[in-house]
Amino acid sequence: MSEYIVELRDTTKRFPGVVALRGMHIGIRPGEIHGLIGENGAGKSTLIKVLTGVHRPDEGHILVNGQEVHFRNPNEAKDAGIACVYQELNIVKLLSITDNIFIGRTIEKKSRLLDYKKMHQMAHDVMLSLGQDVDPQKPCGNFGMGVQQMVEIAKAVLFDAKLIIMDEPTSSLGENEVGQLMDTVRELKARGIAILFVSHKLEELFELCDRVTVMRDGEWICTEDIADMDNDKLIQAMVGRSLSNLFPKVQGQRGAEALRVEHLKSAGVLRDISFAAYRGEILGFSGLVGAGRTETFRAIFGADPLDSGKIYLDGKEARIRAPLDAVRQKVAFLTEDRKGQGLVMSQPVKTNLILANMRGFRKGPWLDERQIREAVAGNIKSLSIKTPSADETVSKLSGGNQQKVVIGKWVNTDAEVFIFDEPTRGIDVGAKIEVYNVMNRLVKEGKCVIMISSELPEILGMSDRVIVMREGRVMADIGRDSVHFNAEDIMKAAWGGAL
Amino acid sequence: MSNTKKLSFKDLASKVGPCLALIVIFLIFTVATPKFLQYDNLMNVFKQTSINALISAGMLIVLITAGIDLSVGAVCALSTCIMGLALQAGVQNSALLILICLATGVLIGAFNGALLTKLHLPHPFVSTLGTRNIARGLALFLTGAATIGGFPDGVLSLGFSTINGFPVSFLAVIILFICFHFFLNKTSLGRQIYCVGGNAEAARLSGIRSDRVLLICYILSGLMAALAGVVLVGRTATAYPLAGDTYDTDAIAACIIGGASFMGGKGTIWGTLIGAMLIAIIRNGLNLLGASSYLQQIVLGAVIILAVFVDVTRERMEAKARRLAAV
Repeated sequence: MSEYIVELRDTTKRFPGVVALRGMHIGIRPGEIHGLIGENGAGKSTLIKVLTGVHRPDEGHILVNGQEVHFRNPNEAKDAGIACVYQELNIVKLLSITDNIFIGRTIEKKSRLLDYKKMHQMAHDVMLSLGQDVDPQKPCGNFGMGVQQMVEIAKAVLFDAKLIIMDEPTSSLGENEVGQLMDTVRELKARGIAILFVSHKLEELFELCDRVTVMRDGEWICTEDIADMDNDKLIQAMVGRSLSNLFPKVQGQRGAEALRVEHLKSAGVLRDISFAAYRGEILGFSGLVGAGRTETFRAIFGADPLDSGKIYLDGKEARIRAPLDAVRQKVAFLTEDRKGQGLVMSQPVKTNLILANMRGFRKGPWLDERQIREAVAGNIKSLSIKTPSADETVSKLSGGNQQKVVIGKWVNTDAEVFIFDEPTRGIDVGAKIEVYNVMNRLVKEGKCVIMISSELPEILGMSDRVIVMREGRVMADIGRDSVHFNAEDIMKAAWGGAL
Repeated sequence: MSNTKKLSFKDLASKVGPCLALIVIFLIFTVATPKFLQYDNLMNVFKQTSINALISAGMLIVLITAGIDLSVGAVCALSTCIMGLALQAGVQNSALLILICLATGVLIGAFNGALLTKLHLPHPFVSTLGTRNIARGLALFLTGAATIGGFPDGVLSLGFSTINGFPVSFLAVIILFICFHFFLNKTSLGRQIYCVGGNAEAARLSGIRSDRVLLICYILSGLMAALAGVVLVGRTATAYPLAGDTYDTDAIAACIIGGASFMGGKGTIWGTLIGAMLIAIIRNGLNLLGASSYLQQIVLGAVIILAVFVDVTRERMEAKARRLAAV
């Protein structure tokens, strides 16, 4: 018997023009939680797809229980006991939990009719064993992301997976759900199921994993017991260079008040929000998912209606009924959902960069192509957007570069107040630092920067001041020099505790 | 650098594709029948292209916004009938009559736009299907299903007159298409149409009034349908409430052949012109070859399916290349 339940040896996978995996190897022991980490483009996705039979490797061997296997399609990998919970869940929201679990593997009665009684019972039992007491007859769409993810895990458990691969499983979950998922992962481990846990979040790896494998540029870098690693070592292995500081914070010089809101209310979302933000500072917004942070700024930006409340810009009351009003009054809103709300993916980089200020690039009735070309070239240079040309379709750029295009779009409006909503979600460490540097630059130019973030290290690393929200209310306003400026107190406020 | 070169070659291929199809079909008919290449016949093709081309220009714009306008054929008929009723009511001034026709198109276009942006009906496929029935029914009801004739020459001349045999209506198409080209590519509203089509929410959150842009698109579609109505009246000398029942599908076909997509965000005015010409040439050529109109229908259907197939295949290959590059 082999030491490993699933092993990959000397695997190379080429695509036209790129080598996605280069002599990669990884071995996963039975019943261990094995972390996999690497920057975007390091080849994690390809590795997963090779293990799950989506891609066939050009060279190398896949071994399950020490026996070499050749997966011709994903079903063969499933039959061999390798299941994967992808970042984008394969859930049909309109179908019930039972239907989703048994999709393609339904149980029939002797009469060839579906045996729903049995399937519902099994679905209920397996969900319960994963800590979810839910009615399996209800459509999946009725439940949150956490439950939907459990449905995917239930599928794997019910069909005897030996290894469950989880690709960024916490990226779409709230804090509560993350906790539950972690409990479930430990429970699976206790049952002897191995987990390959792919994540960007170092804390999660430290909390959960037994061992961790780092990859870079399609190559194996190291596999270590997590106990032998720390933050710096992991990051250094991942990016191949030492990052003395993940958060290049530059102390700002607080200037005049730029934005003040008083008693914002909207039914069911915002109870009573008042705060002020100043030029030359980064104001962090912390809180649990659902605390109403994004909703607050959507309302300020005119994207959602307000029931009551006043908004002041530079001390003067502002009337904002639609996003256009906000844009005209120099407010920029970088939404958390880049693809859905920030960019027009089918259009070139150039068009996306002028999206928020097309009127500003006119000469008479026509768009001024020369002025656009100059501005866009300037953006690409100053934000170091990696793109073959300004005419490249924006969907072809990496996540980090797309985020820089969104930033560029707002820089081009000469905005004074920048609202960043989860600005570094889903982008790699290198791009994160570049985004932080842009914030630093904006602050230095005397702009007002507001950063909504669910990642406490980011909040603590970059903010001059933090406002903590809970259930549509402001719970705390903590300056960088306050004794409360630490993770424990911020979490305490987010959970409703008094400081 | 080689990357950008390869891309621009691909862009070129996608632009040349429909053009190539046009040339091939042109050559086939030239060889198949000597009558095809004759001056009079070519002028005929232009004449037959005009109406579809005008409607297609409006259709293209709503397709770019990921919408559709199924009411254009009925709007075309209703606009001419309203103009006919105005004539019967004693309006003799040609300019005024044409204005009444165009105003009808604008009004119904605005109605379509309002259904989408004010009432927030889910997809214009449904709402414009409703409008199509209303407009057709209104045309039949108001005219009592009768044909109206006796229009003054000023109204008829756009669809009727020629310069050295070259139809004025097609000249109008060329001028309008140049205007559309500049509108779509060189004005901020034009670029906004593509952006709203690609992602209406991102456009709105960037300060673009997506609702207003959409409203304008449907108004333009109605206006172009009514303008096509003026050409139609010139060619038939009558307003007929049942006219133009295939115009909507013809226009969609022209746009799709020319590279537009139901997913929105893409399509060019020149592609659309080629699509409209292709349809006219196929009809004309098969006519000359003595093929029945039933057979024409079959061939056109096949061409539409082929065009879409080529388009999705190209897109699938592009997406695949993108996926590979992203790994």
